[in-house]
Formats: sequence, structure tokens, C-alpha cells
Amino acid sequence: MAIVELKDVVKNYGGKGSDAADNAVDRFNLTTRDGEFIVLVGPSGCGKTTTMRMIAGLENISGGTISIDGRDVSQVAPKDRDIAMVFQSYALYPHMSVFENMAFALRLKKLPDAEITARVQEAAKVLDIAHLLERKPRALSGGQRQRVALGRAIVRQPQVFLMDEPLSNLDAKLRVDMRAEIVKLHRKLAVTTFYVTHDQVEAMTMGQRIVVMLNGKIQQIDTPQRLYEWPANIFVAGFIGTPSMNFLRGKVGADKRSVANEHFNLTLTGARGDALAAHAGTEAVVGIRPEHLSYLAPNDPITENVLSGVVEVVEPLGSVTMIQVQVGPYRVTAQIESHLTVAMGEPIRLRCQTDKLQVFDATSEQSLLQAPAAS
Amino acid sequence: MSSPAVAVPSRSKPAASKAKANLSGAPVRRLLAPAVIFMFVWMIVPLVMTLYYAFRRYNLMMPDVTGFAGITNFKLMFIDPTFWDSLINTLVLVGASLVITVSVGLGLAILFNRTFVGRGVARTLAIAPFFVMPVVTGLIWKNMLFHPVYGLLAWVFRHLGLNPIDWLAQYPMLSIIIMVSWEWIPFALLILLTGLQSLPEDQIEAVRLDGANRWQEFRHIVVPHLGQVLYVVVMLESIFFLTSFAEIYTTTSGGPGTATTNLPYYIYQSAFFQYDIGISSAAAIGAVILANIFSIFLIRFVAGNLNAGSRR
Repeated sequence: MAIVELKDVVKNYGGKGSDAADNAVDRFNLTTRDGEFIVLVGPSGCGKTTTMRMIAGLENISGGTISIDGRDVSQVAPKDRDIAMVFQSYALYPHMSVFENMAFALRLKKLPDAEITARVQEAAKVLDIAHLLERKPRALSGGQRQRVALGRAIVRQPQVFLMDEPLSNLDAKLRVDMRAEIVKLHRKLAVTTFYVTHDQVEAMTMGQRIVVMLNGKIQQIDTPQRLYEWPANIFVAGFIGTPSMNFLRGKVGADKRSVANEHFNLTLTGARGDALAAHAGTEAVVGIRPEHLSYLAPNDPITENVLSGVVEVVEPLGSVTMIQVQVGPYRVTAQIESHLTVAMGEPIRLRCQTDKLQVFDATSEQSLLQAPAAS
Repeated sequence: MSSPAVAVPSRSKPAASKAKANLSGAPVRRLLAPAVIFMFVWMIVPLVMTLYYAFRRYNLMMPDVTGFAGITNFKLMFIDPTFWDSLINTLVLVGASLVITVSVGLGLAILFNRTFVGRGVARTLAIAPFFVMPVVTGLIWKNMLFHPVYGLLAWVFRHLGLNPIDWLAQYPMLSIIIMVSWEWIPFALLILLTGLQSLPEDQIEAVRLDGANRWQEFRHIVVPHLGQVLYVVVMLESIFFLTSFAEIYTTTSGGPGTATTNLPYYIYQSAFFQYDIGISSAAAIGAVILANIFSIFLIRFVAGNLNAGSRR
């Protein structure tokens, strides 16, 4: 359990004429709470794994400081940081049994045998691998290896856990199970955890706070719900949520509440609308999540906040149906109830839930809305 | 070979169906045949002939004395002190060269596994001795390096104010060991280097995070990982060292006295100096047995080591 603080952490791999623009990680600032589960998420090459490796000490930092519970560990060797890491490939020691894999770090610490056995047994019980202790890693399935890798981390009772895409080598079903299990484990142990993933679903379901990264820069740090409701910019808005948000380009209207162009006119309600007051006439991008669009019957008299277009693709998923609608030059994805029958090529009208709209500045791509203060 | 069940009247078909029948017969045996015949002619036949001669009276100086000799050849061999010297020399040569090549090879492999400027060139140079033929190795060392007057080592010694050593006369076995090791260190280096390079990076990182220092990392991760590779190196090298001949033939000719006479050289001497094919063959059988004992011990040792390593 510990508070990890990253202050202006920079990673630059150097090379000829490299400057701040080449930073693999650029001025990373984050202070965790004690026992918090932080998820670093972003597309490949965004610097999330580099950040984690810097926390572990496997990668030197080019600038800034990393401290754990107030102790600056920036120049401390990995082995002295009291950090356990779960690798994407698990990195189990192939010549050691499961028991030895888990006991290895404890043996290096020269703990008494009785305590080592007790700790390993305890961890094995928690992870449900007690019956596998005598086996070699090669005799285990992917999911079991994953558990051993977790076990190797938890027996050490470290101050910080690092997990580098630990679920990416598992099949879809197992991944969902392990996701829940890691969360459960974290509740139980309450150790500060950094979890790297490129899967936004994993990030949303597991993280207490999520750090969204792109090109080495933090885009937003927030709770899953607030990331969903108040994305700071177009990248975050598009990255969080499946299917991703629809973006339509228009102009903030003179009424200072609406965004419009020749194909649509959407008026924001409530606090979201108020926030646009200062931006009348600004070129803006309005973001609508597919789940905030609903089917409007052809004879329905409602005409406000409606997108009309032609159905291009219909994807029934069982519980809901995803449709793609061509609205002028825009391809809009909407999630409609599965009992509605829509056919490709038919005209359709979609109604927007105006209290859920996002508005971004078209040039800076930053949100024009004011997120309410975090509770 | 079975003939096709259905008679086919057309002209072009019989050939095709015959080819088919050939394939469906025993193609495996037929395809393996060249390799098996080759092996038979080049390995089994000489081995059996050696075995045969080992029990015959067969001395080129006494062409009229022939016939079955029973175990006389072996008896003569066992009371020949040169045979025992050669046996001990063989073991010393194999043992010492193994220790030197594996330890130096491992050290170099660890060095070459790091990145440094000019690594490619250095690696090529380090591997170069392996491409030098044993005869050439012997001659180079004898005339250019070990030579007490013209040798490079003598020159170095003189510059250091020391008396040059006549290596081949004063330390004959050590000289042979140095030459053989020089030739075979690159082999150990190459194989161990590939072994090191196949060690996954994340295992090293995992063990570092687990709190291991450099030595523990080497001892608990690198060495077990290299286990199989080391086994290959030791196996192959010991077999090659057992048959070292050219280096000895071109430098010391087994001397001084019997100081560097190893088993292959003893076999050679028996056959081409004493013209006794019988004793020579008996010694060759002895060499075969020795090689087998070696491999059995090695397999036992390595297998046991691997098991023990996993239990610990």
C-alpha cells in the first residue's frame, strides 16, 4: 500500500536531434491515492507501457521524479523499489515449479521456509491454483499461467502492483472472468495498482481512475463514469465507449445553445447548453454516442433535435441493433431497440438525447463544456 | 507391390497408376534407403570390420601369421603401458579442453551478448579460429606462436625480460590443450551466445523485480536456461576432443615420449608404425567403448542436474 507520485516524468529515447517533440512520455503527472486501482489506457505506442516500466525501474527516466510514499525512487534499482509486476507474457521461470515460481522472490529475501510455504499456500488458495503447485509452467493452460503470474506478484506483498496487459493473451471469455477476479483481488489486498491496457472496456470496468494517453501525453485522468460523460477532448470521447461516438461538424448558433449546419440542428439543454454561451459562432464538433440516439417513427410529430438520413448498415446484436445511417456527409452509428425492424436503404429519423451531447472546439479539439467538479 | 485392382485399357493410364501403386506401397522405406545405405556403408561396415580385425592375428610385418586371435590383441594392449598413458592423456585432454572452452566460451558469450561498438567485427574475429583446419592450427601454433626462437610467444617473453619457453618440449600436453581449446572456444561461444539470445528479456526483468542481483540472476535464470545448450556443447565437444589427432600429429607426434599420445594417436601408431592392425583395431574398439561411457555419464549427469535444478 502506497501513494505513488509521478511528477513531470519524461521519457525520451534520445537519438540524433531529438527534442521534446520526440518524448515517448511527456510530462506525466499523477498522484495516486493509497490502494487505488489506476488504469493506463491508450492506443499502441501512446507511452502507457513505457510509463509503467519507468515506475518499475526497468526504464530510466529522462526527467521528473517518481516517488513512492514520499521516497524518491527515480534512481533506485528495480529490485529495491518493492514493486511487483505481472508481465503480458507472464514471464514465468520455465524450469521452476509453480511453487518455486511464487516462492522465488521470498527465497531471495531469505525469509524462513515456514513463512514462504505459508504465503505461497495462502496466495495459491486465493487464486485457486493450490492443486497446481507441483507443476511446471509448460504444463499449465493460459489462464492458469496468468494466475501463477498474479500469485508470484501477490506473495511478495509489495507496495505497488504493476500489470502490463496481463489479459491480452487469454481468450475472450477467460478475459472477462479474470477481469472480475483481478478487481476482486484488488478489493481484498487494497494495494496500489497500475494496470496497462489498450482495451477501453477493460479500463472502464476495472479502473477506479483511468489515465487516457495519446502520443506520450496524458489526455485525461478521471473516473470511468466521468470519462464517459465529460470527455476532455475528441480523442477521449472517441476512445471511450463502443461503438464510438459520432462526430458532426457545425457551428455554435447565435442562440448560444445549439450547434448546427445544413444537415442538423441540435440544441443542448441544461448545464451543457449554458456552457456554450461564450462560444457563439465557434466552429464546433458535436459528439453523440450511439446509445443516445433513438428511433423516431415516421409519423411522429417531433422535429426538434432530429437527424434524418438513410439506413446504410444494419447489425443486429440480439439485445440491441446497431445501425449506420448516412446523414448528409456523415455516417452516424445508432443503437436502437432490437424489436424495431429497419431495412437498408430506407429513410430513417433519429432523435438525440440533448442532455448527453458533447461539444468540442473544431480546431483545438478540446471540450467546450464545463464538467462539474468531481464529487 | 500390388497391381492396380481395376484393369485400365487406355494407354496413357498404366504408367500413372503404376506410379500411384509405387507411392502407396512403401515410399517411406524407399526414400529413406539412400540415407540408410550411406550410414551402413560408412559407419556400420567399418565398425564391424574393426571388430573383426580386433580378434584376428593381423600384423603387416608378419603377413603369414593369420587366423583367429581370441582376446590376445586386447591382452597385449592392456599390458602395453603406452595404451594406459594414452588413455590418461585422452581423458586429461578432453577434460581440460572442455573446462576451458566452456568457461571461456561462456564468458565471451556473455560479453558478446551486450551491445558495444564494433560488436559484429569482434564477433567475426572471435569465431574465426573455428574455420581454421586442425592441421593448419597445429602448424601455425607450432611455427608461429610456440616456437622458442621465431614464435610470437617467445618474442613477448623476451620483451618482458623472461626466458622464452619451448612450449612443445616443456609443456607438451598444455600446448595441445591450448591449441584444441583455441580451436573450439568459438564453437562454445557461438552456441552459448545463441542460447543467451533466446532468453526472453521479460524473464530477466521479472527476476530483477523479484529482487535478484546480477549473480542470482545468472545463477537462477541464465544457467538453467542454458542447461540444454550447455549439454549440446559438452556432448559434441567431448566427442570431437576424444578424436583429436591432427593437432598432435603436426606438432608433437605424440611426444616427447608418450606425453601427448592420446588414444587416436595410439591407434595410428599401432597401425602405421608397428603395422599391427589387430592391436590397432582392439584399441579402436576401446576408443568406441570409451566414447560410449562418456556419453552415458554425460547423459546421466546432465539429466540428473536438470531434475535436481527443477526440484530445488
